[in-house]
Amino acid sequence: MRPDGDPPDWTQSSAGKGPAGKGSAGLALARCRACGHVQYLRRPFCPACGGEDLAVEPASGRGTVYAVTAVARAPSPDLQAFAPYGIALVDAEEGFRFMAHCPAEGVAIGAPVRTTFRAFGAGLVPFVTPEDLS
Amino acid sequence: MSRVTGIGLTPFGRLPGLSTLDLMSRAAAAALSDAGLERREIDGLITGYSTTHPHLMLSTVFAEHFGLHPTYAHAVQLGGATGFALVMLAHLLVESGAARRILVVAGENRLSGQSRDAAIQTLAQVGHPTYEVPLGPTIPAYYGLVASRYAHEHGIADIAELAVLMRMNAARTPGAHLTEPITAATVRDSKPIAAPLRLLDCCPVSDGGAAFVIERADPARPGPSIRGAAQAHTHQHVSAAPSLTSFGAGDSAARALAQAGVALPDIRYAAIYDSFTITLAILLEEIGLAPRGAAGRLAREGHFSAGGAMPLNTHGGLLSYGHCGVGGAMAHLAETVRQMRGQAGARQVAPPPLALLHGDGGVLSSHVSLVLENGR
Repeated sequence: MRPDGDPPDWTQSSAGKGPAGKGSAGLALARCRACGHVQYLRRPFCPACGGEDLAVEPASGRGTVYAVTAVARAPSPDLQAFAPYGIALVDAEEGFRFMAHCPAEGVAIGAPVRTTFRAFGAGLVPFVTPEDLS
Repeated sequence: MSRVTGIGLTPFGRLPGLSTLDLMSRAAAAALSDAGLERREIDGLITGYSTTHPHLMLSTVFAEHFGLHPTYAHAVQLGGATGFALVMLAHLLVESGAARRILVVAGENRLSGQSRDAAIQTLAQVGHPTYEVPLGPTIPAYYGLVASRYAHEHGIADIAELAVLMRMNAARTPGAHLTEPITAATVRDSKPIAAPLRLLDCCPVSDGGAAFVIERADPARPGPSIRGAAQAHTHQHVSAAPSLTSFGAGDSAARALAQAGVALPDIRYAAIYDSFTITLAILLEEIGLAPRGAAGRLAREGHFSAGGAMPLNTHGGLLSYGHCGVGGAMAHLAETVRQMRGQAGARQVAPPPLALLHGDGGVLSSHVSLVLENGR
């Protein structure tokens, strides 16, 4: 009972459905065709109504910073090389919230951001930067 | 009605050479001794989990190890909320008649039993495996996100005062992990961990164990009674949190108070989960024990001190007595019982007639509230 399209794993660039087309990394959302609920943490059904008819859509990657931190102490030695790295929760314009990397400094709550992807650890992760820096 | 008739609490800190089962056994033996009971008088056993001793059946592993033959056994996993969830479950089972005397026990060599890297990595796995963990967040990072939002809405300069208070309390508590005095400036100058949180905003990783005996009320066996118990679970992952400023704590606490037939102004002692300064600030404020944005200021003004209007975590809390996993929050209940009995030594407050206890698990996602009435 997979939703249509590829499973949304932007950590593997080959599995994403990004703005650059199938095969590029990108954010995706699943919209319930029955109730309209939008989900980002994807399941093969709608957690609001239980419906299984989901439309998978690429997301624009544009949104607003809801919360932001900078990790100085990474969870593992291999990731410590990247520290400090910023982590933000972003409210996407399509109505879902997602976690992304961001610059470790200079990202304010409320700032409009756009999303690219960058290598981190074993794969790619979404990376948001303020619109006015892009 | 159920009563807490026995408490057992080990020192928290670095306790090398002791395993999960050793720490559980020490706490359990102390609780039985405190309750004046033998092993054979226990018919129910409830345990938590241990990251250094992962097992499908920790409750019966412990029953065999310690020498119990319970007619009811159960291991519960609810993150930091587990300690009070165990107590709530024991309360419900005793009330239902499913068991008469329940031993609630937890322990973990979380500090000595693994490297600090391993501990941090294990805990970070509570993030979503696809959408969060690959980004390299840590538990402090999840709480750093929460703290950033709090700072945005209320300002965050004062929350260091909560760490200072917990350290002052721990200095008077035998067995506390961290007792060296600190000031708000020390907290604000400590090493950055996950902005805006710094090292002294975070609880330590400790070894330790805690246990209780919870049994059906019997006039011959006095002890504080559990008058209300409630939970709320709003989400699991921080990315899925409905809000980072309003969690389920207020709802859970309000239902526990209503069940006890009391109101917040009746409460004279607070035992509130304090994994980070921000956790404690948010829980105090959402429960209604401080106005929004004012928990740190009230701490500075002495409101939450042992001599203040609402004594809070007088043993030093997770921030300074220490945090050994499931047993961490159980120390809050052990201290509440000591305060009610008048056994808190140098930190004794006027024995409170009513106390409110609140634990959270995950990233403020799972909540358990208890109302305890002094049964001296």
